[in-house]
Amino acid sequence: MKADPTGVRTGTLYLDGDRAIAEGAMAAGCRFFAGYPITPSTECAEHISERFPEVGGIFIQMEDEIASIAAIIGASWGGARSMTVTSGPGISLMMENIGLAAMLETPCVVANVQRGGPSTGLPTMVGQADVMQARWGSHGDYEIIAYAPQSPQEAFDFTVKAFNMAEKYRTPVIVLLDECVGHMVEKVVIPPADAIELEPRRLTDAAKDEYLPYAYGDDLVPDMAIAGMGYRFHVTGLTHDERGYPDMSVRCQEWLVPRLVAKIRENADDIVDFDEEDTDGADVVVLSFGISGRVSRMAIDLAREKGIKVGFFRLRAIWPFPEKRIAELAKKIKAFVVVEINLGQIFYEVQRCAAGRCETLLSPHAGGGVHDPEDILKVIEKGAKVK
Amino acid sequence: MSPKGVPEAVIAAVSAEEHPIAPFLRMDRMPHIWCSTCGIGTAVKALAAALEKLDTDLDKVSIVSGIGCTGRVAGYVRLDSFHTTHGRPIPFATGLKLANPELTVIVFSGDGDLAAIGGNHFIHAARRNMDLKVICVNNFIYGMTGGQVAPTTPLNALTSTTPYGNADPPFNLCHLAAACGANYVARWTALHVRRLTKAFGEILVKPGFCFVEVITPCSTLYARKNRLGTGLDIMKYYHDNTVIEHGADPADTDIVFGGPIICGKFVERDRPTWLEYQDRHLGEILGDKYYRGKVVQGASER
Amino acid sequence: MRFWRTPLDADKMKVPRGELHIIVERCKGCGFCVEYCPRDVLEMSDEFNSKGYHPPKAVKPENCVNCDLCEMICPEFAIYCLTVEEEPVPAEGGQGS
Repeated sequence: MKADPTGVRTGTLYLDGDRAIAEGAMAAGCRFFAGYPITPSTECAEHISERFPEVGGIFIQMEDEIASIAAIIGASWGGARSMTVTSGPGISLMMENIGLAAMLETPCVVANVQRGGPSTGLPTMVGQADVMQARWGSHGDYEIIAYAPQSPQEAFDFTVKAFNMAEKYRTPVIVLLDECVGHMVEKVVIPPADAIELEPRRLTDAAKDEYLPYAYGDDLVPDMAIAGMGYRFHVTGLTHDERGYPDMSVRCQEWLVPRLVAKIRENADDIVDFDEEDTDGADVVVLSFGISGRVSRMAIDLAREKGIKVGFFRLRAIWPFPEKRIAELAKKIKAFVVVEINLGQIFYEVQRCAAGRCETLLSPHAGGGVHDPEDILKVIEKGAKVK
Repeated sequence: MSPKGVPEAVIAAVSAEEHPIAPFLRMDRMPHIWCSTCGIGTAVKALAAALEKLDTDLDKVSIVSGIGCTGRVAGYVRLDSFHTTHGRPIPFATGLKLANPELTVIVFSGDGDLAAIGGNHFIHAARRNMDLKVICVNNFIYGMTGGQVAPTTPLNALTSTTPYGNADPPFNLCHLAAACGANYVARWTALHVRRLTKAFGEILVKPGFCFVEVITPCSTLYARKNRLGTGLDIMKYYHDNTVIEHGADPADTDIVFGGPIICGKFVERDRPTWLEYQDRHLGEILGDKYYRGKVVQGASER
Repeated sequence: MRFWRTPLDADKMKVPRGELHIIVERCKGCGFCVEYCPRDVLEMSDEFNSKGYHPPKAVKPENCVNCDLCEMICPEFAIYCLTVEEEPVPAEGGQGS
């Protein structure tokens, strides 16, 4: 279905990443936002508080992040496309309810504008150390979808995509910005509403007495009913059967949880998203995402000047991780150089998928700033020397 | 041998479906998990009776509960029902209500869920006068997890985490709700079934944050640990010790171990709801540009 | 029923009657209905249901006036009353008679 023009600010704008998320959300049909101010994401909430009253949305600043995530889940069950935005300390608070969203299979979007951590860390400075948390943050087995924009334009585009994936797979989707992308101002081109394709919510059309909230077909995604449609359904965070009723048994757990995981894993080919450049014939492939991806380009140029055959692999969707492609590439290259503003997180994923077929090297950064391209270059050179 | 024309009681052979309240309950999940003499079932019955009398499409009534014995209520009532995380039914219900203001949203949860872990959400929702019907079943203890102290447990009471008697001063939930700005505050016990049903009926149609505290027996834990007898003995205690004072100042209605329980409708006022505040203010500032459309997206798409 | 004088509508007065239904298998023997029935219709029986609880039994079903208190107070939704159409029960009129 096409986007509702009320929310689409068509044209060429100069926005920071935070505000681009806001515009992307509105273009994607988001009309409910519950959030709590936290640097460096606050601009998004401020922008929405200004725009929503004219776009027909409801903005509410809740009392804390836990209330925010609970409210957006409730709003989704009320039929709204809903979103919240936060940063490290806030997303840590939200983890229990992100698990609830995954368990109830609730479409919603959570943007995390990453900052230096751990704990209060560096509130106004960049970090990329929440990437593993996005995948494993809540307790129990579940899978998540997460995007990593590298520019305000991508912040807009990936937020629209996040809403679409959330509806398609009935899952919470995390948009992982970092403070640099959140605060940099760049050109954002917003297309006309009829050029924006939206995934409709998969509402059930079953008969009232036949609807089963968690019965599913081949794509592993059940059809949804929202409050007020007359289905009188029940949903619970407890392990539940296809009627949505709690069933605390091994049999039910084995029926439910592997499907929640498979729902994303088996559809990974549809969700996985990355850019590859010059990886054919490369000796070293630099793998990165977000702001580090942009910084890596300078390092790559410097390496090429030195004659090293370097390719570039940029993650657009971090989760699900592009395991197959990494495993394939690993056979042909000498080394991956993973560039991230943390002390090794995606590095371990790459290493796992490479499975020893090539070397995996890390160019870390403890946080608070971006890499010095010379530091990345040193690691590329090390990679080039691998036998 | 009964006199001519008077029916004998009809015992046993009756199927469960014929209970008059059956249409409001998920009969496929009966019997419920609550203990013998637990008052939660009575509170649910009162809610079902109030829903029966309500002249509203029940498809538009939703119920949200948290974790705990009372949290299981959502699973037994035949409405769109949500069993959410511990302490969070109020913000969940906030989102649900704001996404579709046509819904009547009931929050039905326990004293620990709403006032301990959920305390922050409780006070803010009351402050905002969010249009929620909050029913708090107060049994003065954490039942589901085995009888730990709750923020409502009276001083000196024994619980599994206050083995020497409670020295943690408790909340007066009615006082809390009233002080935060709730539009309706009442307290009844599980014994006062008719007044409770009437109170539920009132809050289902009254806008704003409406709070009803239902004092109920917890036989297995609170009663047993404090040697109060069975749940029936506690009901008799309510019978002998309840004082009804409509309009009482909630600050004067503290519950003390062994003391009187003051019940009644304490507060009834007409503060605007959160949405009314928003509409009024933003309408004034933005005039025609303000637009609160139907937030529900995708409801009619497929 | 005793009155100071015969009410003017004595011939139209009806005392409601209820037909009591007990769902024995769902009862958990709490005793609320027995304790609070205003007409002392019920007593705990000595029988057991399959869970081992003693359900109530109606010892004076003719006393039931369909007040619904048992139905309202039962936490298990295990007892209810249905209205029975009844002929007017004549009131005893006059002073003291």
